[in-house]
Amino acid sequence: MVDNNLLFQYLLRLGDDQQILSQRLSEWCGHAPTLEEDLALANIALDLLGQARSLYTYAGEVEGAGRDEDQLAFLRYENEYTNALIVERPNGDFAHTITRQLFYSVYMDLHWNALLSSKDETVRAIAAKAVKEVDYHVRHAAEWVIRLGQGTEESHQRMVEALEEFAIYTGELFEMDDLAQQMFKAGVGVDLTLLRPEWEQQIAAVLGEAGLRMPEVNWMQTGGRSGEHTEHLGHLLCELQYMQRAYPGMTW
Amino acid sequence: MYSQGLIGADGSTVETEEFLEAFQKRVDAEQKIEPNDPMPEGYRRTLVRQISQHAHSEIVGMLPEGNWITRAPTLRRKAALLAKVQDEGGHGLYLYSAAETLGVSREELTDQLLTGAAKYSSIFNYPALTWADIGAIGWLVDGAAIMNQIALCRCSYGPYSRAMIRICKEESFHQRQGYEILLTLCRGTDAQKKMAQEAVNRIWWPALMMFGPHDSASTHSDQSMHWKIKRFSNDNLRDKFVNATVPQAEYLGLTVPDPNLKWNEEKQGYDYSDIDWDEFWRVVKGDGICNRDRIKARQKAHREGAWVREAALAFAEKRAGAADAARTAAE
Repeated sequence: MVDNNLLFQYLLRLGDDQQILSQRLSEWCGHAPTLEEDLALANIALDLLGQARSLYTYAGEVEGAGRDEDQLAFLRYENEYTNALIVERPNGDFAHTITRQLFYSVYMDLHWNALLSSKDETVRAIAAKAVKEVDYHVRHAAEWVIRLGQGTEESHQRMVEALEEFAIYTGELFEMDDLAQQMFKAGVGVDLTLLRPEWEQQIAAVLGEAGLRMPEVNWMQTGGRSGEHTEHLGHLLCELQYMQRAYPGMTW
Repeated sequence: MYSQGLIGADGSTVETEEFLEAFQKRVDAEQKIEPNDPMPEGYRRTLVRQISQHAHSEIVGMLPEGNWITRAPTLRRKAALLAKVQDEGGHGLYLYSAAETLGVSREELTDQLLTGAAKYSSIFNYPALTWADIGAIGWLVDGAAIMNQIALCRCSYGPYSRAMIRICKEESFHQRQGYEILLTLCRGTDAQKKMAQEAVNRIWWPALMMFGPHDSASTHSDQSMHWKIKRFSNDNLRDKFVNATVPQAEYLGLTVPDPNLKWNEEKQGYDYSDIDWDEFWRVVKGDGICNRDRIKARQKAHREGAWVREAALAFAEKRAGAADAARTAAE
């Protein structure tokens, strides 16, 4: 029997990852380097938003306290969001955004695929939809990383800098804290450490084709899973929560 | 969204009488003109101007609404708005492609937008200040756009006409979405109703301006009508819009900000005040509240994306070079 409170926390965590990255990607809308990328990034943001909505809605049901997707998405304090730090980092230039997309999408591709055999039927159903979407996210990011890595001296250099910035946030994605372990034991969640070798291999393959490599990392940043965030999340939440905070309790 | 009645297109032609007559005959017979068909230079130029103004409007139109994506009040509204703005980018893409069939490149057209040589719809030089503006833009701005675009579905130029048919379907969805946003606000709290009324006060007149100058002042309308690029006059479409929209405002319980608005039984339509044409021309000429910000935002995206586009091009060339080398080696 799965503890409902743990399942609730677990679903929020997964939902927060998708929601916060969706929010970041939607900041690009209207400002991307090409019109095609405006559409592509908005498309990915929409997929992530859809996944977040399914996860929050289910989390609300599991909690049983009458909270809906919006109350969970908008009305929590900063330290109650448990997304990984990588998704809240600012977009930076296009190389930064694409690097984050590659790291994250390859991770979620493996993660969603593993969740296809979750014992929780709703999680399985959400994963079944998500695997189709994330497949495109991986291809989109990988193609761009190769293009930018091989493109010009400038694009190559920007990729080197972006890899340098985001590499230190990748370790957290595979952490097995107490919640992750309990959910794994209950058959709902995934042993994330098992995904890591495959993730490293896939990232190395893409970077290899791009003429790039993963920088050496001495220390992996962490904290998001326990609500200890970077300074950036608060600002993101100011925008995200603005309407719900300024006009509490209204229907939109 | 849409570009307003065409401003400053030069439709003058130098072709022979016979050529022009033969062309006009095809147009009059409602035959669609296709990209490789002979056409008067003025026809081509007018279309390039009109289609590119329209494409630019879609692209600049992403900005005022994009401004609210990250602040949308619910996840459902955010998803709908993100999808809507994405649709607008898609419309921009089809329209640039339609313009390319007339022998101009997207790069040239983009340059014209960024240097201010090309116009886009002035409506986007007004700000989207509150969430209610997202509703009012959908309802009134997309509503006005549809009025224009339904007429353009029968435009004599095939690629434009076909693009319009597809775009209209999406626009009418956007319009209903916008109306539904306002309906929710109008059934909500006093603060929400006030927000809705203020947005309509802001957007009503600029929406009416989207139909362009009065017919008497619209320089190139006659030629465009003759060529069936345009099928209805600016004033005619504006009247149709007012007649369709006022009852919708009544249903919402919102006031149209025009003290002279009154049903005229005899003409079976509404009488309404004249547009503030000084404001219209001021905004067209660049002095609206957002003109500079909009262009700056486009210039910034273009400038900051230059290295990405260069990299993509360099990569494509390397790939093509490698493929050539492989072919040569195989031969």
